[in-house]
Amino acid sequence: MKAIYLDNNATTQVAPEVLEAMLPFFHELYGNPSSMHTFGGQLGRKLRGAREQVAALLGASPDEIIFTSCGSESDNAAIRSALTSQPGKRHIVTSRVEHPAVKALCAQLVNEGYRVTELPVDGDGRLDMEQYRRSLTPDTAIVSLMWANNETGVIFPVEKAAEIARGRGITFHTDAVQAVGKIPINLSKTAIDMLSISGHKLHAPKGIGVLYVRKGTRFSPFLIGGHQEKGRRGGTENTPSIIGLGKACELAAQNMEAENTRVKQLRDKLENELLRLIPNSRVNGDRTNRLPNTSNISFEFVEGEAILLMMDEYGICASSGSACTSGSLQPSHVLRAMGIPFTMAHGSIRFSLSVYNTNEEIEFVIEKLPPIIETLRSLSPYWTAGEQCGTA
Amino acid sequence: MWDYTDKVKEHFLNPRNVGVVDDPDGIAEVGSIACGDALKFTFKLDENKRIQEAKFKTFGCASAIASASALTEMVKGMTIEEAEKVTNQDIARYLGGLPEEKMHCSVMGREALEAAIAHYKGIPEKEIEGQIVCECFGVTDREIERAIRENHLKTLDEVTNYTKAGGGCGNCHGAIQEILDRVRAEMEIAPTSKPKLSNIQKIRMIEETIEREIRPSLKHDGGDIELIDVVGNRVIVATRGACASCQASNMTLKNFVELKLRELVWPELVVEEDSQ
Repeated sequence: MKAIYLDNNATTQVAPEVLEAMLPFFHELYGNPSSMHTFGGQLGRKLRGAREQVAALLGASPDEIIFTSCGSESDNAAIRSALTSQPGKRHIVTSRVEHPAVKALCAQLVNEGYRVTELPVDGDGRLDMEQYRRSLTPDTAIVSLMWANNETGVIFPVEKAAEIARGRGITFHTDAVQAVGKIPINLSKTAIDMLSISGHKLHAPKGIGVLYVRKGTRFSPFLIGGHQEKGRRGGTENTPSIIGLGKACELAAQNMEAENTRVKQLRDKLENELLRLIPNSRVNGDRTNRLPNTSNISFEFVEGEAILLMMDEYGICASSGSACTSGSLQPSHVLRAMGIPFTMAHGSIRFSLSVYNTNEEIEFVIEKLPPIIETLRSLSPYWTAGEQCGTA
Repeated sequence: MWDYTDKVKEHFLNPRNVGVVDDPDGIAEVGSIACGDALKFTFKLDENKRIQEAKFKTFGCASAIASASALTEMVKGMTIEEAEKVTNQDIARYLGGLPEEKMHCSVMGREALEAAIAHYKGIPEKEIEGQIVCECFGVTDREIERAIRENHLKTLDEVTNYTKAGGGCGNCHGAIQEILDRVRAEMEIAPTSKPKLSNIQKIRMIEETIEREIRPSLKHDGGDIELIDVVGNRVIVATRGACASCQASNMTLKNFVELKLRELVWPELVVEEDSQ
């Protein structure tokens, strides 16, 4: 059975061009860029090329790019660096809907004696900018706000938030793991000091990430070791993956228009048709300020894991914010922060597309999902009640 | 992804006895939509007071649906006295086992059965409820204690897996630990009241238990076990038939064979598979 992969916010396939670019670096060009001999030393030039490709996608300068092992490492490095280099400041501002790489780190920092403000979001997953402004204090060391939410695709106004932070002399970090490659970014025109990327979310392999650090930002390394990355991140360079990420960034720039036209149209078609065909369904999150590839839909009175497993019978891959899939017995922290009612939160499904999805695939899902929801509702003790009450 | 048995998947994709029995003798609704799973269970008795018809409606994940479907199949033909003896272990076993984190689905099935029987007998709900310990999921001290006793739970995580208690905000962790400590202490006193067995008595009882309680269930699925040796509290068995080639046989040995032997023969027995 062919997989219909609509889970690209979880991970993506490595683009064929990316794989092709990487292969020589496993068996021919396997040298260590730090070596004195040409066999290794020639790798340095290749890495520079990849660094330039990444910088070009971000509107950054190549020496502002630090290669890391993943998005989580980048997030940890950014926040820890801001705290270490400003030892007098003990306050962090973030949001309630961050990825665990930021959320769990902040919980740990509370244990270490830091003060953390988690900004709430409204029912559409949006920040209140006035409240954000008020949260900043002279003691605030860093603001960390995600650019786009992994579950709902809702985009935060991070450029504006970064300007406000800069005006108060506060370091601004954004986890842009879901945004990079999907929406245009030009860091040279923003006040963002640090930004995290994960390779495998944009058709590069797993195990490679980037931390952008604006020139002039004080930086204290997270991984102490050799002189690699200009002493900002120890550890021998993951050359094949760095080359792969460079290529993936180049492709992302080329595909940016398709992402925002063709992929967006497929996403909208899927979303609008499912809403039309399935009663008591709704979209979670602000539909206007949203990634072009993501749709988070709740189907009332049914449970997400059951939906996923029934879709799995057809090879359809997606995610859910239900309790049974989170492993924590409670629905996703993002949907809870948005105040999505339990009747909806447990039945939420996230579809996330990529440029590799086709119209046929989307039509197949539109055909198969409504009967699945109907079947599960026929099992649900709440469904008849729901119809009578007419709740939506 | 959860590692569900084929039987769980089969009952999830083709659930038996969906709906509500007309004019039921027993009816119960447990769980809630806020908690993420809920079960409505109804049954009707025939003229011989055996369960003629049992139906369910479930809001929940695949294992919640499969557990409810299994429950309705299991209790058909039982008398009330027989149905009262059905445990969550029986439901899990019927499905070839459930992932540890999903055992609460089997507990929900047993709770629904118990509540429906109480309804049939006219026992007011309050008498079976107890005190709420976990506010997030509305779990009572009585439910927690029962899950600990029936499933020999030892840790807080296990209590959460079986009852959901403590799986939300975590404020009740201290209270659950207190119940766990108390019940474990009571359970450990109980075995010493059992007369100490001689080796011969122990082996005889193990053989009898395998023959009467264990073999019929395994044979039902085309499997079997053979007692090879008993060394102290180590019970060495060999798997036969479908069990010999079944990847889940280790789970069956631990979750079913060992539990039964501990319950019926000696609480410290450990079942091991013959490595020959």
